[in-house]
Amino acid sequence: MENLSPLSLDGQPIQERVNQALEQITRTGDSQTLDQLRVQYLGKKGELTSLLKSLGQLAPEDRPKAGEIINQAKQQVQDALNARKHAIDSEALNARLAAESVDVTLPGRHSDTGGMHPVTRTIQRIEDFFASIGFNVAEGPEIEDDYHNFEALNIPAHHPARAMHDTFYFDAHTLLRTHTSPVQVRVMENQQPPIRIICPGRVYRCDSDQTHSPMFHQVEGLLIDENISFADLKGILQQFLRAFFEQDLRVRFRPSYFPFTEPSIEVDVDRGDGRWLEVLGCGVVHPKVLEMSGIDPEKYTGFAFGLGIERFAMLRYGVDDLRLFFDNDIKFLSQLR
Amino acid sequence: MKFSEQWLREWVNPALDAAALDEQLSLAGLEVDSREPAAGQFSGVVVGEIISAEPHPNADKLQVCQVSDGVDTHQVVCGAPNARAGLKTAFARVGAVLPGDFKIKQAKLRQVESCGMLSSEQELGLSDNHDGIMELAADAPVGHDLRDYLKLDDQIFDVDLTPNRSDCLSIAGLAREVGVLNRIAVTQPVLNRVAPQIDDQPQITLEAPVACPRYLGRILRGINIKAATPLWMQEKLRRSGIRSIDPVVDVTNYVMLELGQPMHAFDLAEIDGVIRVRMAQPEEKLTLLDGSELTLKPETLVIADNSKALALAGIMGGEHSGCSPETRDILLEVAYFDPLSLAGKAREYGLHTDASHRFERGVDFQLQQRAMERATELLLQLVGGQPGPITEAVANEHLPVRQPVKLRKDRLEQLLAIRLPDAEVVDILTRLGMVIEDQGDAWLAAVPSYRFDISIEVDLIEEVARVYGYDNLPVRAPSAAMLIQNRPESEVSLRRIRNLLTSRGYQEAITYSFIDPKWSQAFDPERQPIALANPISADLAVMRTSLLPGLAKALSYNQKRQQPRVRLFETGLRFIREGETTVQQPMLAGLISGSRHPESWTGKTESVDFFDIKGDFEALLSLTGDLANWQFRTASHPALHPGQSAEILHRQQDGSWQSVGWIGALHPQLCKDLDLRGQTLVFEVVQEAVMQGRVPRFGSLSRFPEMRRDLALLVDASQPVGELLQEAWNQGGEWLQKVTLFDVYQGQGIAEGKKSLALGLTWQHPSRTLTDDEINSQVNQVVTAFSQGFAAELRS
Repeated sequence: MENLSPLSLDGQPIQERVNQALEQITRTGDSQTLDQLRVQYLGKKGELTSLLKSLGQLAPEDRPKAGEIINQAKQQVQDALNARKHAIDSEALNARLAAESVDVTLPGRHSDTGGMHPVTRTIQRIEDFFASIGFNVAEGPEIEDDYHNFEALNIPAHHPARAMHDTFYFDAHTLLRTHTSPVQVRVMENQQPPIRIICPGRVYRCDSDQTHSPMFHQVEGLLIDENISFADLKGILQQFLRAFFEQDLRVRFRPSYFPFTEPSIEVDVDRGDGRWLEVLGCGVVHPKVLEMSGIDPEKYTGFAFGLGIERFAMLRYGVDDLRLFFDNDIKFLSQLR
Repeated sequence: MKFSEQWLREWVNPALDAAALDEQLSLAGLEVDSREPAAGQFSGVVVGEIISAEPHPNADKLQVCQVSDGVDTHQVVCGAPNARAGLKTAFARVGAVLPGDFKIKQAKLRQVESCGMLSSEQELGLSDNHDGIMELAADAPVGHDLRDYLKLDDQIFDVDLTPNRSDCLSIAGLAREVGVLNRIAVTQPVLNRVAPQIDDQPQITLEAPVACPRYLGRILRGINIKAATPLWMQEKLRRSGIRSIDPVVDVTNYVMLELGQPMHAFDLAEIDGVIRVRMAQPEEKLTLLDGSELTLKPETLVIADNSKALALAGIMGGEHSGCSPETRDILLEVAYFDPLSLAGKAREYGLHTDASHRFERGVDFQLQQRAMERATELLLQLVGGQPGPITEAVANEHLPVRQPVKLRKDRLEQLLAIRLPDAEVVDILTRLGMVIEDQGDAWLAAVPSYRFDISIEVDLIEEVARVYGYDNLPVRAPSAAMLIQNRPESEVSLRRIRNLLTSRGYQEAITYSFIDPKWSQAFDPERQPIALANPISADLAVMRTSLLPGLAKALSYNQKRQQPRVRLFETGLRFIREGETTVQQPMLAGLISGSRHPESWTGKTESVDFFDIKGDFEALLSLTGDLANWQFRTASHPALHPGQSAEILHRQQDGSWQSVGWIGALHPQLCKDLDLRGQTLVFEVVQEAVMQGRVPRFGSLSRFPEMRRDLALLVDASQPVGELLQEAWNQGGEWLQKVTLFDVYQGQGIAEGKKSLALGLTWQHPSRTLTDDEINSQVNQVVTAFSQGFAAELRS
């Protein structure tokens, strides 16, 4: 640089001038002033640009050397300007970002959603298990006739099994269905096997306390085909119970009695404390039931099962009072959504 | 049916403890409901004899007794009224421990030393009887341990028998079952035929032989009804839940428990002539043993004499003809009543007795002779007297017939998915009392008279499966033809609808299908709801004609529990009578109340209004992809605010518009009546309508620019804007893409009775850029239509 000493600007040695410029640039805090400095030194009529233009006044042998020195000086200033520009921009951005920061721990806006009723949730899970193996959903009327609710299910008038159903009546022949089984009758009346259906819905019994509600839900399942056996029934229900509770449950099949199935079975699951808990009823469809609905009981056999949705929901979600399902307390419902 | 384990083991004694027996019975379909010890936990209690009982010097109600335990005499202060010299009773000596870990210590009662305690049945956990201290038999061995003497180390099983297993409503039947399950022999008491000592015989006529095809009567004269029932019998009865009454009644109950045959004893002195088993006469009266006075209904079978009804056949005896402490001569009745004829009869009179329970389910029609002999034998032991011969009236043609039942070996295998060895099947069926004939590919089973539940092949299959053990049968996964099910894509599933509503903050509710008639009247005054004949309560008495009352009730429930913001929906049937038919229609209903958004730091939120629920409902309709087929028409509904309610119209395939529901604010008066706070908005729509969607169809996308023009209009304040929007579509030409209403304003700067609207119309051509002229001409067409049809002014 010492070689630059002959070069000067307004009598000031070039290096001093450069140093002065660098200092000015460093001190600059806004991009507008910085732009003025760029024009002052490097603009078309800028000091360093003009110096370069004055090279012609030097002896030809000195020109390359001087040119190089001036270019170096320009480069120094340019670099300083760039660096400063970058610093100013990034300061501005940082300031903006700082100003724009939010408290991410504040709750979001309108995040509330509702939810399905636990009964619906449970029905949907059960439907999905059975849909995955080819069952269709069937539904039927809730105001039923005596024939479909009882007679066609091999429960004639005065059958002791009727005493187990506390029935709501409208008149001698019309009632609120006491189970979802009449849906299977209606399907069988209209369809020949193979039949694979699942029938969820409301059912009604004239009874109310902590463990009984005058209205509750059942799911009825029916499979009728050639060569269906007791073993198939055991297989499906065992799989279903393990899938529903997501546990490798011990399942017990115990003889019982329903007029519309024979053999009839109650299914217990191991509660884990060595005691058994009854969870559903099922059985091989009684030949009279098939026959009454126009299905040949010699050719076809099948099984049916029925379960209480609320009972399954109570076991699955730990609900301890049946009545909660129909109070529609949003505190309860939102817990189980 | 309750029974004592010891009693059962007198008949059949498998090598199983009580718990194992319990499980075995349950797994055979005889579900054990409960199993309890026959007595409380106690020790140190012996048979004591009261030597003397003197009044307590310092207390009126106490006595000072000297009690022998066979070795020593102890002084015991006792408050029981029946404590008396000579009585043998339960004596808890000092050191004894009574139920509840109650230790007997020496004590002073009103300054008199007492060494021990005389106990009642209740204090020993035997029964609830606390009338006095126990009265043991005169021959009870003094000093003998009471538990041992009364055989109290016993369990009481309570078996919940299904209606088909009437054959197990006795010790004999249960023993037979346990014998089958364990493949061991059952010991039956020997049948002793009692030789008549007198000639007296009742005359019996079967006037209703279908209902009563067999009736046996026997006279016993000169009995001592005041004799005591022996303790062993009392205890067996007690452990079966039956109280001891008098020796005659006790014996009839005992035989019923032992053999399953209900019986009855009449006081012979009260019978006028012939025993007639007949149907009740019109308006005939009968007072039962329990004191209730009946006016008999037709088709009620009674036991009568020449002048009156004596008993409700198979249900309960009459008060007048029953035994009393003065009875000397009795007539024993053992009959077979037809289950179908008796079915439901007890219930008609609000009764349910041990006898009716058995007869309705079926009593062995071959059992009567045996039961009569057994009862006579026991009565002679207990009350003495002289028996006459048995009179049997029988209508053989009306007795049940047991047809042999065929069981095909292949069918058994097919249904159980296992081939059981022939010998095993035959063994099971034989032990159940059947006589089996092997016909090669099938067995023919002769069915015993006590099995009312076996008449077809599958009945036998069930028996084989049951005894073999359901849990021992194979398990397999069924296989079936894999058929893909149709799933119409145009159907909007209820699941999508539920998901949409829950995403918008709605919580699903499930309310009762029956509601309070008052609420039904308030919400739907024009419809007569379908009423239940036997509602569970007055506020659940009629079937809902709308889902809204249920949702409103749920709102009220939540408002009362400090939940002001409620958004609910429900799916389910409504029930409407249309002439002779009942329409059960799936509906979808929603309700919102409270603030638009939950309370939040982001600002105050306003209360919901009509456009909140309409927005939700329109979002629902957008699932159908078919908004053009829906309309909201101003209309009034008795439950809705007249200025904020609309009928929901859906265009049918034939182009007609059908009303499918309602949307609006609940009427303020109704809210007041129902005590609902704040504005409540509701909708209810036929599910089928909102589930009709469509399969989407692609229309090519234009690459040319959209052109938008905004219009500011002034119209009458009462002008429904929906009509203008529809008109814009009608007049906007085929390239109109979008009509947006972006402002509605009324108030300052706008003339009274007017409102200002701002509309944005957007056009786009599929294959070129539209010119200004083209757009202007469309705009003019719309504006002209607006001004002509709706007196709309264009604002500059």
